[in-house]
Parts: sequence; C-alpha cells; structure tokens
Amino acid sequence: MTKRSHFITGEMATPVGPVPCVESGLSLRDRLETWKVRWRIGRMKYTIPPGLYALGSPDASSEVVVTANFKLTFDSVRRVLPGHDFWILVLDTKGVNVWCAAGKGTFSTGELIHQIATARLSEIVEHRRLLLPQLGAPGVAAHEVKKGSGFKVLYGPVLARDIPAFITAGMEATPAMRTKSFPLGERIVLIPIELTGALRYMIPVMAAFYFLSGLGGPGDYWANVSTFGFLASASLFAGVVAGAVLVPLLLPWLPGRPFSLKGLWTGLVAAGIILLWLGSGLTTLSGRLEAGAWLLMMTALSAFLGMNFTGSSTYTSLSGVRKEMRIAVPLQIGAAAVGLILWFTSRLIA
Amino acid sequence: MATLTYLKDVVTLTLDEELCIGCALCEIVCPHAVFTVDDRIAVIGDRDACMECGACARNCPTDAIYVKVGVGCAAAVISGALGIESACCCVDEPEQKVTEESESSCNCC
Repeated sequence: MTKRSHFITGEMATPVGPVPCVESGLSLRDRLETWKVRWRIGRMKYTIPPGLYALGSPDASSEVVVTANFKLTFDSVRRVLPGHDFWILVLDTKGVNVWCAAGKGTFSTGELIHQIATARLSEIVEHRRLLLPQLGAPGVAAHEVKKGSGFKVLYGPVLARDIPAFITAGMEATPAMRTKSFPLGERIVLIPIELTGALRYMIPVMAAFYFLSGLGGPGDYWANVSTFGFLASASLFAGVVAGAVLVPLLLPWLPGRPFSLKGLWTGLVAAGIILLWLGSGLTTLSGRLEAGAWLLMMTALSAFLGMNFTGSSTYTSLSGVRKEMRIAVPLQIGAAAVGLILWFTSRLIA
Repeated sequence: MATLTYLKDVVTLTLDEELCIGCALCEIVCPHAVFTVDDRIAVIGDRDACMECGACARNCPTDAIYVKVGVGCAAAVISGALGIESACCCVDEPEQKVTEESESSCNCC
C-alpha cells in the first residue's frame, strides 16, 4: 500500500506480521464515495488492496469472511459487523463486485487459494473454515478450494447484512437469505446508472434532432427549432425516462416477461402524453406524421432501454436474453427507422 | 410483490440424477432456489427461475449438473455481436467455449 486508506485505523500484530485494521461502520466520506459511483461521477473503480484485514480484534479462532476488492462491496461487509471480531480476506477482483467477479472468473478458486497462501492464513487462524458470499459460488468450486488449501468453504447468505444472523443460527441460512430478490429499493439505486448510461449517447442525439428541426417548417430557422426542435428533444427525453426510469421502478407490475415488452408499455404511455400535449397540431398532415414518428421512435427507444435493464436485473438468463433480442431488436430497429422517415417527411412538407 | 421470473422454457440447465450424490451444494448456492434435495437426490423445481449463473455446476463435485453459463445482459450481447469490449462489467464471449471461464453470470454495474 502506497498511501494508507482512510478506513484503516491501525495495525494488529499476528504470528506472520502486522495486519491492517479496518473501521467498522461507514464514515461520511464512504457514503459520499458510494453516491458518486452510483452517479458515475469521478472514477468508477474504488479498489481496496487485496489481502487480509482485521475487523474488531480477531484472534486465532475468529471467522474469516472472504470478499471482493470493490470498495462498495468491502463497505457492505464492514458496515454490518460492528462489535464483531472478524478476519476479512479480500480477493483481487479488479474492483468488481462479488457476483460479477465470480462470473468473470476473478473471484475464483485460484485467486482464493492464492490469497490464502499470500496471507499465510493457516498460520493466523487455528480452524480451517472460510465464510464466502453465496454469490461468489459461480466462480468458486468449494471442493477444489478444500483440495488446494485445506480450507472448507461455507457459503454464507447472499447479502452481507445477513451474516450476523447466519452465524447466530450456527452457520445456517434461511431460504430467504439464500435467494436473490430484486426489491424496489435495489431497483431504485440502479436508476442513476441506467439514466446516465442512456443520456451519454442520447444527449448528442437530442441535440442533433433539435438543430435539424430548424431546417423544415413554416417559420424561420429559430422559430422552427423552438417548436419542433423542442418537441423532438422532449420526446426523446421522455422515451429515455420511460425506459431507464419507469421500467426499473415498475418492473414487477409491467405486463409480460420480456423486458423490451415492459419498455414498450412505458414508452406507449410516455408517447401518449406527448401526443396529448401536441393536441391541436394533429389536424395537419405534417402534424400527424410527426406524431406517428414520435410514437414509433419513443416506444422503440423505451423498449430498447428496458431490454438493456436485463443486465442490471438479478434473474435473467443469457438464453432468455438472446431469445428476447432475436424478436425485439429487429422490431426496435424497424420502428425507429420508419419513425425517422416519417419525421423527415413531416419536416419536409411542413 | 409479484415473483419475478424471466422467459419460459429457455434455460439450458440439466441434471444427471445418476451422478448426483445428494450433497446439497446446488441447493445452497442457487440464488433462485431452483434445486431441492429430497431423499439424497437433487430435484430441479422451478426450472424457469434459473438465470444460468453456473454456481450449481461449478460446485457440483460429481459434475452431475450442466448449464451453459452466461450473463443475461442485452448490452453485453450487443457488444459481443459488434466485436467490442462490453461497457458492462460482465463480459460476454459468445464464440468461445461456454462452460468454464468464458461467459459470466453477473447482473451488475
């Protein structure tokens, strides 16, 4: 470690040398860092140096909790264990959370065995047990860890916050602790990431529509921009909100299983609002073409963004996503293309 | 809240009962309670709840479980199809051998 991290409170002596002690519970600075990561502000990778840490005053009989070196993951472990004495073994997952890292192969059998050896864990603790997050299981084969290190892997609960209850129950998890649910609160914290991800490429698109709008229409350039350009940007923004905000928010209640279908419903609602707003403009041919254009483009956009939320959801399979995309993507491209043609036509004849 | 289940009859999960020794690790690691162990043998219950994360297959000591492991992530599928590295932290490599390290199982970022 070059510079001591702010959550390190000191060092503790062990038979193999000093081990850094970490603060249990989160400081204001920790919370600010979490908030910034969620909104993609500043750096996205807050990594913790891999290796062994002491939480509280662990001794040779204390449990060893294994986690990833993504700061938010590490925080979720230390915040739930105040008043407990634990060893925390941090694997080098390149700043990625446990579940993703397990899937990518960095939270792995090999890395775990490597960190056990590097930390000389067998000289620090007298037992041969490791408490792993259940979501690390896609990357770790418990029987191979036993063979490679002598340590027995116990899969703990899905969520770090259930660790105290898991230990109190004698290393037993309830079915609820073993299941990855996707409640409203978890979906809400993902909205900033979905929204900023979509706006990164939609803001240039909105700007392009805004300034192109001035080229056709009854008034001069800036008059056209302020009416049709504003409508275009507002429609696209509403489409983004429908797909990246409403789909995560309303996920269980939107009809149909494919995520693109869920995005289609929210897109239709958003387009309906835009059409109501257009109101009297619908009497002219160009107005109708324009309304049709936004209906098609907004629903295509919202369905696409809804479909993208599969990656953040906790229950979609690759086989399912591929099946959904085979049908949805051609429809999305078709609707957007027809919408675009209608929009250009409406601009030319207005 | 409604139970969240993805598409029907698409997942690649299979279990070879002949090889199963009833260790129950699949039941422990599955985040969607797909497996139950009755009478020393694993049983697949709600197969459609499987998200193909591969935790069960990875931890099965007798290789009784097969699943084509992958990330259910549309952005990763698109990136893979376009031949660019995924912006998502999950990497999807559809052309590679898909059992062990290649495709991943997260839903993330």
